[in-house]
Amino acid sequence: MNYEAVIGLEVHLHLKTKTKAFCGCSTEFGQGPNSQVCPVCLGFPGSLPVLNKTALDFAIKAGLGLNCTIQPQTKFDRKNYFYPDLPKNYQISQYDLPLAVNGYLDIDIDGKTKRIGITRAHLEEDAGKLIHKDNESWVDFNRAGIPLLEIVTQPDINSPQEAYEYLSSLKSILEYLEISDCDMEKGSLRCDANISLRPKGAKGLGVKTELKNMNSFKGVKDALQFEIERQAKALENGEKIIQETRLWDVKNMQTFTMRSKEEAQDYRYFPEPDLPLFLNSTEKINEINTSIPELPRQKIQRFMRDYGLSEYDAKIIAFSKVFALLAEEQMMKWPSKDKKPLINWLCGPLLSEANIRGLSPDKLKIPGGDDELIKLILAIEEGKISNLVAKAVFSKSLESGRLASEIIESDNLFQISDTESLNSAIEEVLKENVKSVADYNAGKTNALMALVGQMMKKTKGKANPKLVQDLLRRRLDNA
Amino acid sequence: MELNQLTAHELASQLVSKKIKFENISTALKQRINTIDSKVKGYARLNNANWQSSAQPGGKLTSIPVSIKDNICTEGFNTECCSKILTGFKPPYDATVVKKLKAAGAIILPMKTNMDEFAFGSSTENSAFGPTRNPWNLDCVPGGSSGGSAAVIAADEAILALGSDTGGSIRQPASFCGVVGLKPTYGRVSRYGLIAFASSLDQIGPLTKDVEDNTLLLNVISGHDPLDSTSLDLPVPDYTKALGKDIKGLKIAIPREYFISGIDPEVKTCIEEAIKQLKQLGAVVKEVSLPHTKYAVPVYYIIATAEASSNLARFDAVQYGLRVKAANLIDTYKKTRDQGFGDEAKRRIILGTFALSHGYYDAYYSRALKVRTLIKNDFDDVFKVFDCIVAPTAPTTAFKIGEKANDPLQMYLSDIFTISANLAGIPAISIPCGFTKKELPVGLQIFAKPFGEETIFQVSYAYEQATTWHKMKAKL
Repeated sequence: MNYEAVIGLEVHLHLKTKTKAFCGCSTEFGQGPNSQVCPVCLGFPGSLPVLNKTALDFAIKAGLGLNCTIQPQTKFDRKNYFYPDLPKNYQISQYDLPLAVNGYLDIDIDGKTKRIGITRAHLEEDAGKLIHKDNESWVDFNRAGIPLLEIVTQPDINSPQEAYEYLSSLKSILEYLEISDCDMEKGSLRCDANISLRPKGAKGLGVKTELKNMNSFKGVKDALQFEIERQAKALENGEKIIQETRLWDVKNMQTFTMRSKEEAQDYRYFPEPDLPLFLNSTEKINEINTSIPELPRQKIQRFMRDYGLSEYDAKIIAFSKVFALLAEEQMMKWPSKDKKPLINWLCGPLLSEANIRGLSPDKLKIPGGDDELIKLILAIEEGKISNLVAKAVFSKSLESGRLASEIIESDNLFQISDTESLNSAIEEVLKENVKSVADYNAGKTNALMALVGQMMKKTKGKANPKLVQDLLRRRLDNA
Repeated sequence: MELNQLTAHELASQLVSKKIKFENISTALKQRINTIDSKVKGYARLNNANWQSSAQPGGKLTSIPVSIKDNICTEGFNTECCSKILTGFKPPYDATVVKKLKAAGAIILPMKTNMDEFAFGSSTENSAFGPTRNPWNLDCVPGGSSGGSAAVIAADEAILALGSDTGGSIRQPASFCGVVGLKPTYGRVSRYGLIAFASSLDQIGPLTKDVEDNTLLLNVISGHDPLDSTSLDLPVPDYTKALGKDIKGLKIAIPREYFISGIDPEVKTCIEEAIKQLKQLGAVVKEVSLPHTKYAVPVYYIIATAEASSNLARFDAVQYGLRVKAANLIDTYKKTRDQGFGDEAKRRIILGTFALSHGYYDAYYSRALKVRTLIKNDFDDVFKVFDCIVAPTAPTTAFKIGEKANDPLQMYLSDIFTISANLAGIPAISIPCGFTKKELPVGLQIFAKPFGEETIFQVSYAYEQATTWHKMKAKL
């Protein structure tokens, strides 16, 4: 039978506040165990939580960025369960009045836009981290109390690829909002997935399983793919799907049972009496709303419209906010209407030089700045230098701190476009490559490219390759 | 009179006039504690550590010793809620009230007053350190849960004391021991550092020998605390200014639901006499109804136990306190909590866990919250017309040790008149208003609207000035 997957995702992400959700401890990652703790985040007797208002503002911002309705009041609840990484044995969370509800996020799938509904987003505190070593267990509470935003989708996702696209778009939006690092490896983003299968076209829902322990977007995709196949096989064999939580084992690329629903906990939620209600006034929501920058999808549309970019290019540029800002500045300076040569350079040599240096592209220090870069690309366009030379010059300029134009000048790297000097070099190349000439004459037109390559080598890349090709063809065809 | 028998304001004037020094007070007090506390057992454990730590000159309570209940954190000194599960717990920080007292020059005693474990009780019998005895009759309980704080004041082994009141835990022992005890408005005093019983009901308050001392202590401990989101950011008046104002024309309400059958006739007589006295002082007295009073006890025992079940979850052997080693994590939890908590604590954790459980929440907790609002509305209605409400603090005087220990329901009913103030968040005081034939004190309770502590002090002081009950000393 043909099955359709029904998937809902639950994402937990760390909000990038300087201090924790309910105390003044630092949220910095990677510090010594239990070095960023105080009586409040350790849940010491007598300590009380005080809400970090920035965490609330960030959460509201995320809600607005995901097209949610923000509740006029924020109320916190206690989620009660015993676990050694949870200092109070309850988590301050939100239950019946989540901060943000009824939002959505659009993704592109198979060339079409699909809307993924967002049921709710709420603010809560993270727990500590257990470390198991040599038959003993330890707790590091540095993470305890870091503000978390839980974002729950509708079961609108129907394939692992859609799940992947959702997570990528979510990450991109949250980075634009500058409220989360969304780094799954550092644990600043965690994702659980609910998945069930139903016969294609059916309305009802099958029995679902919950998948945990994926530590990359690809892991989510792989786990879902495995689970679809596992469930489909089980259904084909007439077996029943058991409602349970399953863990993803990335090593063996499979999911396995963690606990079944019968062992599910009763969290005994009730309103957190240590915190009052917080009013989210319309003015405040509006103020946060105006601080939301243009988000990736709008930017892609505008880049296509205003700069005539292809959708492909616009997407690459808009994925990261810093890169989009940098690219747009360059596009505005670029004198011609056709932005393609510039875009190719930004997405090509510029990004790769930044990557080599482990830098964000905006942190790359180009001697002479943007103008020098534009001059360099224009020089290619005008045929003054070859693309190959330009790349080498760019790299050298970054390395040495010298201006690209100065390097071209002093090393005399201008493209040779004068026919006379090229023709004499052609005669030499023809003599040295008799076989290629014979091949060409025998009808193997590919041999021409080999000769062009030899020409470039001879001129140290300075020859204008297009001109060389023309001259070669003319010379050989007329021989 | 010995120095330990004096009030804080009496000592303060002698200190100012240089008639005495702090050492004179501490010597007298230490001597008293050493001779009498073995009988009273008002302190959880005695401690010979140095008393003088941070006596700041010129403070509002400079050189005045203050005794602190065992559930209020004192940095570096045992704070154990009189529970085995917190054995040896020395908080790394001072509660805000303790900080404020130190800043005002007060001397924090290095030993804590006895209490019912986690403030669960009305007799101070549920303490891991054994019961405190009533200084007026050592066979009787001092009330609870701040029984230790009330008893050390009554026995002159303290000058000022702090207690906490979740359902009457300051006022009922004040009544039983013949001292003055105030539960301030919810949000008046910071709860930071008070080990929580029921967060939406708990409030720290003063237990003192007279009303003036009560104002002095409240002056120091009140005010907004950025560390407690439920403390209100309202200015703190000088409560001593309320003293000495007459009460002519003041409107006093007498709630008929507080004079039920079951109230000790001798208590009733004392209260009626007190009301007569207030009339003589010029107050206008009228009977009113607080119709939802009968629901206060059940509502309280749902909300308070629900919150307590969650607040006490943190005692899990992971970071501090008792740890009973076992083969695995779950057994460590079970064994530690089994051996660490007393019967009443276990009873309340189970009750509260049940009330919050799936399928019962709506019937119990959610419904209790609604009725709580009705109880609050009752008070709001009365305070639209009246300045304060006067009633007995407790239906009886101090009962015998062991008398109700095996009957939790009877025990719960001894808070029947005090619980409503916590549910409504309003302030209420208990002041001495007479004795029974058996020479046991009776307490008069005065309620006011939220942040109406000044009215309470005005009425209490006027009454106190017209009577001598507060001057009576227990013969020990």
